[in-house]
Amino acid sequence: MAEDWQAGGFGLYVHWPFCLSKCPYCDFNSHVAATIDQAAWGRAYLAEIDRVGALTKGRLLQSIFFGGGTPSLMDAELVAAIIDRARRWWPTVNDVEITLEANPTSVEAGRFRGYRDGGVTRVSMGIQALNDADLRALGRLHSADEAMRAFDVARGVFDRVSFDLIYARQNQTLEAWRAELKQALGLAIDHLSLYQLTIEEGTAFGDRYNAGKLRGLPDQDLAADMYEATQDICEAAGMPAYEVSNHARLGAESRHNQIYWRYGDYVGIGPGAHGRLTLGGTRHATEAERSPARWMQLVDQRGHGDIVYEPLTDTDALTEFLLMGLRLREGVDLGRLDALGGGVFDNNINGLIDIEMLERADGRLRLTPAGRPVLNAVLRGVLGG
Amino acid sequence: MTDLSHIRNFSIVAHIDHGKSTLADRLIQSTGTVQDRDMKAQLLDSMDIERERGITIKANTVRIDYVADNGEKYVLNLIDTPGHVDFGYEVSRSMRAVEGSLLVVDSTQGVEAQTLANVYQAIDADHEIVPVLNKIDLPASDVDRVKEQIEDVIGIDASQSMLVSAKTGIGIHETLEAIVHRLPAPKGDRNAPLKAMLVDSWYDSYLGVVVMIRVMDGMIRRGERIKMMQTGAVYGIDKLSVLKPQMVDIAELGPGEIGVFTASIKQVRDTRVGDTITHEKKGCETPLPGFKPAQPVVFCGLFPVDANDFEPLRDAIEKLALNDASFSFEMETSAALGFGFRCGFLGLLHLEVIRDRLEREYDLDLITTAPSVVYQLYMKDGEKRELHNPADMPDLTYVDHIEEPRIKATILVPDDYLGDVLKLCQDRRGVQLDLTYAGSRALVVYDLPLNEVVFDFYDRLKSVTKGYASFDYQLTGYQEDSLVKMSILVNDEPVDALSMMVHRDRAEMRGRAMVEKLKDLIPRHMFKIPIQAAIGGKVIARETLSALRKDVTAKCYGGDATRKRKLLDKQKAGKKKMRQFGKVEIPQEAFISALKMDD
Ligand SMILES: Nc1nc2c(ncn2[C@@H]2O[C@H](COP(=O)(O)OP(=O)(O)OP(=O)(O)O)[C@@H](O)[C@H]2O)c(=O)[nH]1
Ligand SMILES: C[S@@+](CC[C@H](N)C(=O)[O-])C[C@H]1O[C@@H](n2cnc3c(N)ncnc32)[C@H](O)[C@@H]1O
Ligand code: SF4
Ligand SMILES: [Mg+2]
Repeated sequence: MAEDWQAGGFGLYVHWPFCLSKCPYCDFNSHVAATIDQAAWGRAYLAEIDRVGALTKGRLLQSIFFGGGTPSLMDAELVAAIIDRARRWWPTVNDVEITLEANPTSVEAGRFRGYRDGGVTRVSMGIQALNDADLRALGRLHSADEAMRAFDVARGVFDRVSFDLIYARQNQTLEAWRAELKQALGLAIDHLSLYQLTIEEGTAFGDRYNAGKLRGLPDQDLAADMYEATQDICEAAGMPAYEVSNHARLGAESRHNQIYWRYGDYVGIGPGAHGRLTLGGTRHATEAERSPARWMQLVDQRGHGDIVYEPLTDTDALTEFLLMGLRLREGVDLGRLDALGGGVFDNNINGLIDIEMLERADGRLRLTPAGRPVLNAVLRGVLGG
Repeated sequence: MTDLSHIRNFSIVAHIDHGKSTLADRLIQSTGTVQDRDMKAQLLDSMDIERERGITIKANTVRIDYVADNGEKYVLNLIDTPGHVDFGYEVSRSMRAVEGSLLVVDSTQGVEAQTLANVYQAIDADHEIVPVLNKIDLPASDVDRVKEQIEDVIGIDASQSMLVSAKTGIGIHETLEAIVHRLPAPKGDRNAPLKAMLVDSWYDSYLGVVVMIRVMDGMIRRGERIKMMQTGAVYGIDKLSVLKPQMVDIAELGPGEIGVFTASIKQVRDTRVGDTITHEKKGCETPLPGFKPAQPVVFCGLFPVDANDFEPLRDAIEKLALNDASFSFEMETSAALGFGFRCGFLGLLHLEVIRDRLEREYDLDLITTAPSVVYQLYMKDGEKRELHNPADMPDLTYVDHIEEPRIKATILVPDDYLGDVLKLCQDRRGVQLDLTYAGSRALVVYDLPLNEVVFDFYDRLKSVTKGYASFDYQLTGYQEDSLVKMSILVNDEPVDALSMMVHRDRAEMRGRAMVEKLKDLIPRHMFKIPIQAAIGGKVIARETLSALRKDVTAKCYGGDATRKRKLLDKQKAGKKKMRQFGKVEIPQEAFISALKMDD
């Protein structure tokens, strides 16, 4: 019998934990380091791939994702070596997707060709905003112009280029966002990630917010209006949301991220990386040490960097399947839901169908357009208390 | 056993925050009862809630050894009492166990409402009273003015007042000497049959039930068999101790002494505060008069959030009631909330404290229904009924008339705020009984309906007078008025736990305040929710809680699955603090908060 993860696919995530500076909103595992010994990092990544490769040998790999931090600070040779090693353990699908997250500065654009030659097929660029004042407020090191030039380089080198914007920024009006979004759609090739600014605990913005000093954030109504406008404008431009914050032309969706949302298996390598691996018939959560120095040390001395490797209970797996899957416009497959024990939530789900937050159609359970902006409430309703 | 002539028993009484517990600290510390390194501020306030709120809730006893200037060794039993109105019963009960009182008055504030209330109680208990003017270290201290107030307002001699700073220790030695020389020694006959007063009791998770007694006559020793005269229960004394303030074992206690014992008491109900304890054989004939039972004035339902917690709740309530004779309870069932208890309290703070203690000390999650006072229903068929719960209000066609409890409220307020206080009392259907002046302050006496006072009157009074007014009240009786039951409908379903009795003329205003409050207290749902107040079938106020518009996490990738799952699990646990009414979840704090008005 097929294991559940196969319906979601299999991918490799590689975390690069360094940035040139720390953005005030960002709670990713990223650090600013004076010097980085790329050769040593290479050895550690390859050792980790070998370790997990031996456990999952022969699985068909659909995607590799270099995330960060700022992976566009990696040497092209390092990226190439990791891709090579992965291919040694896992056969890849024909149209394997290999994405690298890039910051849009000129220095980094200079490495794009090298990445492509090493096997990268797609870049995702953190452009964040299209005007300099807002970029400064977000603590970004690049100007809008510089980002545009980096983007131009990228589209010359890669077939697939996506970029990220953050909206619902301080003092941003609905009108300003609509205009900026239309401008972005004019630039976009076939994929866009549009994130509402989230104030995360433990970030500079988080501290300022808690101290009551982060002003001009939208209230719930304005945030909802911005979200709705985003849906409408992108839909009309042929780039509908296939996930809460991700928009693409049909067929141009990020395959890697879909592995997460379709609740497949993924190997997570590098400081703070998480993975989901079905081994011996049980899905496991893995999590690597977050501190870059300690992670290196662990890999070196103990042979692996993970600090968590634990079996998920059936309930945990069911919960994750739903909380990931309902983010997708396509929703979750009812057969899989049932097989994972989703029957226990039938009453809750039916109640939410009654109030038109969820719908069952074509053998799937998914959010209605009304349910999408309140996904968290729907999830609380499904998972119940 | 200590000779009677060398025992002094006293309570420390005062208005809230005038420094009773701090004075107790200094008396304990300066006599070496507790080592300096073990001292902390308000040492006797040992409960978490007391430390958090900075107030005393339970009276606490300490035995102090003191060698006076005359070279003689004395045993002093000190009882620190609470100052807030809601805990007045603790004070009156404590006073029965001692012969004198230190009346603490904050010399920067002067005589306040509870100062008066406590003095009257002390006089009632035939106490010798030593006035202690505290906080003389502060620049705002005005000793002469306060002495004058004590003489004018209370009518006792203040010339011999102790001048003290409980904070810095000024006047502590003099106070100890005054205790020895001005307070009377207890009386009693060590050869008479044992007669001891059960002053307090509590449940200790290691020792079981601990009973505190004041011996009046005779001797009590470890190992003896004793009888509780009222309940008839007989027990053998396992452990006999005095409180210093931790338990220190002692072989025997004689007349005038205060101590505690344990006796493997299984039935929590066997120990009634005010009962008389004597020996099983050759006991005394007549019991002590006992205490006047406390009259609960506010009632509410307490229900476990998790229906399986009913038995643990019963157990917890019984144990707490042991420690608090002013709290009453009986079983109650509700269609929406299942099995629980209808509980009576001396006021809203008392209610909050008991609920907090049940939740913390016994690890329970509780739903509290809207508090209510007790109404007298005169039915058309001549029957008379007590209404503790608005949900039980019968159809008006069967009711001839309704009476509600009234109080006599005494308020002391600086001139500047008098107008605001009068307006507040007037708005709350008050009738002025008296208005006199004591220096630059007015002493206002009002007749008020209790149901206009219990929920938030004290808070409002504090806020309109910037904390300068003080307040005390006594129940006076019942009076007929035009009262109706107001129901609250959430999403078109009546929520019994929120219904309340109101005066007809005030109904619309209260109804509007309630629905506005609830609109803030109930979180937005995925659909819009009408919230209405109604009398009979007639809606008198309405608000609509708009639907939740946006609640979605922007980013959720491979690394976020664990975090998001744990967050949802936590929210699921937090949901226990919510109660489902139809499709709507109402947070438990809504039931009390909705009643507090901001007029
Ligand atoms: N400056 C000064 N502050 C004092 C003195 N005595 C008490 N305080 C302060 O007054 C506040 C109240 O003191 P408590 O001892 O808790 O008062 P209380 O009378 O026991 O209060 P309740 O038990 O709540 O009625 C605390 O902040 C004390 O530190 C004093 O002599 N001088
Ligand atoms: C791993 S991050 C950054 C990749 C790359 N280092 C960069 O900054 O361009 C991926 C994306 O998440 C988004 N993001 C990060 N923190 C965010 C926050 N607090 N709120 C909303 N979006 C955020 C940004 O758009 C960012 O490009
Ligand atoms: S947003 Fe990107 S560049 Fe900024 S700190 Fe986070 S990972 Fe680094
Ligand atoms: Mg105190």
